[in-house]
Amino acid sequence: MLSLELLFDITLSVLLLILAGTALHVRHLYTGIVLFVAFGLLLAITWARLGAPDLALAEAAIGAGLTGVLLLAALARIGPEPPPRRPPARALSAGVLGVLVLILLIRAVLPLEQGPQPLPGLVSAHLDTSGVSHPVTAVLLNFRAWDTLLELVVLLLAVLGVRQLQPAGYKQAHAWTLLRAWSRILAPLSVIIAGYLLWRGSHAPGGAFQAGALLAAGIVLLRLAGLLPVLRWDDWPMRALVLMGIVVFLGIAAAGAWLGSGWLNYPPQWSGNLILLIEVAATLSIAASLSLLVIGEREELGT
Amino acid sequence: MSSTLIFLCAGSVLWLMGLHGLARLHHPIRRIMAINIMGSGTFMVMIALANRGEHSDPVLHALVVTGLVVAVSATAFALRLAVAISAHKSGKQQAPEPNE
Repeated sequence: MLSLELLFDITLSVLLLILAGTALHVRHLYTGIVLFVAFGLLLAITWARLGAPDLALAEAAIGAGLTGVLLLAALARIGPEPPPRRPPARALSAGVLGVLVLILLIRAVLPLEQGPQPLPGLVSAHLDTSGVSHPVTAVLLNFRAWDTLLELVVLLLAVLGVRQLQPAGYKQAHAWTLLRAWSRILAPLSVIIAGYLLWRGSHAPGGAFQAGALLAAGIVLLRLAGLLPVLRWDDWPMRALVLMGIVVFLGIAAAGAWLGSGWLNYPPQWSGNLILLIEVAATLSIAASLSLLVIGEREELGT
Repeated sequence: MSSTLIFLCAGSVLWLMGLHGLARLHHPIRRIMAINIMGSGTFMVMIALANRGEHSDPVLHALVVTGLVVAVSATAFALRLAVAISAHKSGKQQAPEPNE
């Protein structure tokens, strides 16, 4: 007899697999992208079910929202595909190979379930000295701050790479009246909720990534409704916002290395405030970078 | 049978579906979606493992939060490359410039 929770988990997994399969193989690419967005939202529910609310928030904003906008914008520029050719013999061999690889994978992954798990104990033992009381935020901005710093660098590299490749600007469709009216309500709400998530991050699920992604979603919405001017890397406030997170983070890390406690080691009495400072800078930086990635437009070079 | 077990298997299958799509599909957007689905499968294995004990593992959660932002950056860059390639191809086909 299946318990109710197990039934829910199985339903969720089967739905995810069906959505992923149809998103990839459905005939019309547009339908595939819409299904992919639905897949992202269902994934957010899965994260919440697996006890990772931080991740559910980030997935709903980034994985489903921003990736969907990116895919649809790319589809508008690339255009539909030529009809596929699929020799059946290859499909059969791919299927057989897939089953073999799946058996190997599952044999490798399943023993991990019984493995030892020393990290949660270590984190909770050192939580008092980290300056925040939410373990995920403590890991992100104190114990493994290197990851977060390098992630901001990756984001900057992506913004720079996208800027190099920017194709000529495309004409934006005239915004639907309802979208305009709604975005006037939703955008201020996204600012308020992002501020709340940022503030909450020190003691509960939330933090810089979720807040930044939500802010970016609000900016994208306003831009698509035609209520914001063009966003460009050229404008110096935009540049300052994108670079601010890395500069503040590096500044604090270098100050720590110079004045004593070591690279990315905060003095315990200040760590709460320092983490808050880094988080505010990183939120604005992530919001600016993500919105530039999604809706940034080409600047006129050499004029 | 626990929910960790179910999601470990589902994550592996998702990863494999992504790999299959990456190998079999031709349109660049479909391939990029396939890579994203592979990433989602990996994240699912990590989060299912984080959930196996009494306390969930914050290190794995933090890694996946970081991974999500890196994934969306890479996706944006990959899509822009795909757009640039298709613009390049169609430019070659439609308007050959003999003087350049």
